[in-house]
Amino acid sequence: MELILALGIGVLVGSGVWLIARPRTYQVVIGLALLSYAVNLFIFSMGRLSNKSAPVVEPGITPDPALFVDPIPQALVLTAIVIGFATTALFLVVLLVSRGMTGTDHVDGREPER
Amino acid sequence: MRPEHLIIAPIVIPIVAAALLLFFDDKERLLKATVSIVSAIALFAVSVMLVRIADGIGPQDGRVAVYLLGNWPPPFAINLVLDRLSAMMLLLTSALAIPALIFSLGRWQKAGPHFHTLFLLLLMGMNGAFLTGDLFNLFVFFEVMLAASYGLVLHGSGPVRVRAGMHYIAINLIASLLFLIGVALIYGVTGTLNMADLAVRIPQVPDESRMMLEAGAAVLGVAFLVKAGMWPLSFWLPTTYAAAAAPVAAIFAILSKVGVYVILRLTLMFFGGETGASAGFGAQILFYGGIATMIFGALGVLASQALGRLAGYSVLVSSGTLLASIGIEQQGVTAGALLYLASSTLTIGAFFLLIELIERGQNPAANVLAVTMEAYGEGEEDEEEEKVEGVAIPGTLAILGVSFAACGILLAGLPPLSGFIAKFAILTAMLNPDGFGQGGDIPSASWWLVALLILSGLSALIAMTRAGIRSFWAPVDEAVPRVLLTEILPIGALLFLTVAITVQAGPLMRYMQDTAAGLHAPQPYIDGVLGAERATRPEDGEQP
Repeated sequence: MELILALGIGVLVGSGVWLIARPRTYQVVIGLALLSYAVNLFIFSMGRLSNKSAPVVEPGITPDPALFVDPIPQALVLTAIVIGFATTALFLVVLLVSRGMTGTDHVDGREPER
Repeated sequence: MRPEHLIIAPIVIPIVAAALLLFFDDKERLLKATVSIVSAIALFAVSVMLVRIADGIGPQDGRVAVYLLGNWPPPFAINLVLDRLSAMMLLLTSALAIPALIFSLGRWQKAGPHFHTLFLLLLMGMNGAFLTGDLFNLFVFFEVMLAASYGLVLHGSGPVRVRAGMHYIAINLIASLLFLIGVALIYGVTGTLNMADLAVRIPQVPDESRMMLEAGAAVLGVAFLVKAGMWPLSFWLPTTYAAAAAPVAAIFAILSKVGVYVILRLTLMFFGGETGASAGFGAQILFYGGIATMIFGALGVLASQALGRLAGYSVLVSSGTLLASIGIEQQGVTAGALLYLASSTLTIGAFFLLIELIERGQNPAANVLAVTMEAYGEGEEDEEEEKVEGVAIPGTLAILGVSFAACGILLAGLPPLSGFIAKFAILTAMLNPDGFGQGGDIPSASWWLVALLILSGLSALIAMTRAGIRSFWAPVDEAVPRVLLTEILPIGALLFLTVAITVQAGPLMRYMQDTAAGLHAPQPYIDGVLGAERATRPEDGEQP
């Protein structure tokens, strides 16, 4: 599981960074989205990977910390997803405004001279 | 109401006011402006009281007042912490916000919808970032602040703003992702997000995990250094600040100080003197990064033709000075740097407002023309001079000119205004590391900062003199800008505050020294947070 998660994060980060370095705004937005997925997965992994365990303590049983997952990273990811969505949506709006004003989707607002 | 409840007021007041404003149509400008200015004044009053509380709780040590949200025992859940530094930053924010809001009455609040709402949300985000005692909560408040600032950068619209805003948003989104990675790494190693708890656990981190922890701290640091504008992470800053509307740029003068604030707090708390194997981590980078920022900023100040960019680079010089002073990690230097922070923030805020008024008198082509005039040897200047001779300077221009001169003196750090006092405080502390007149070894790194402090002041002086001559003595066209009283008064108020800093330098310096003492020996802060008492249920019949 560790390998799959690490590869997944790695592929997402690689694609995200490559897309952010592109000159078209839409690619930058998609790159940011991929990067934020990678970061969310990374936050999950920081709570230690475990399988089939509950994040809460069952009533009546003396809790053994080895048996349940850390709930804090899940709370963090939830917040990060909400904030990430909001800011990405905002960026998308700015992209559209810029496209409307300058007539190009280049990040500098004008086409490079060829 | 108990006085501790005041701690949450700087967050509650702006968000309630911002929510209230959403109920009204954007045409009711007077009402909206009244609500936002009244809430800014309330913030100021609360901040003054909080400074008094923070200054009163411990005579010399750095004790703190803690507000436990949800009444969980620390280190669990979220808590707000008030100490001298956060109280000072709150006061500075509201002192800058009131003039910026009053300035916006003249023209800028009409330039787009929801100006006041966004402005208040920005204040809420900044106040929250200053007060929070929790790394992840810091992220949340940072995002609130940044989301509002994205809207404010675009305020007034136009292709230049949209382009600058797009770059600004993209860079800050990437910085936010780095922020999350850093927080996650630190959480993965230590298992806590509470700053005070982290300060306890970082010295106990086993050696094999220390690398991870330091990597996390470094990634986190990059996120804040982007905000503070350390070279080479600062190329977006002058363009964005020059493109933003004047009141927005003025409040952004303190936005970049939020990054400096977090760096100052976290570096000294996590990696200060008594933190085991990681002590001093990052100080070198801060110092040399700050030096590089100062050089870059000073060159930028000299190279700027437009006043807006000049002010943008002044922000960089100010950030660089602060970062380098933090990197030296001496208590006295930190105290001087704090005074410099207050003085330079007010100065740059006033300067951004003033630029708008000065440039109103020039047509947009004037700056381009000025550049071309220089390139072609200013051939027609002689004729202009004869024509102007003997004409009295109009009153508006005189007031603007005096304000401009004051800004120049403040930026360059010449006596008698507070820019000089602040730089003098940093220099004295560096050249007398063992106390005034004690001699002692001066580290060679300090000489770099001494030289650069003086040189960057010189570059600011040259640039401001040149810009002043071009704007006031040799205008390309002679239209006197139309200036409203509500626009010149805020500038006067900000400059008056710098005079007040000069006059009250003694008590202020005492406050800054206590602040710096609390930052360099964070044990009282840590004990204060971790030992905070939970509120008990009030007895029956007793008022809460």
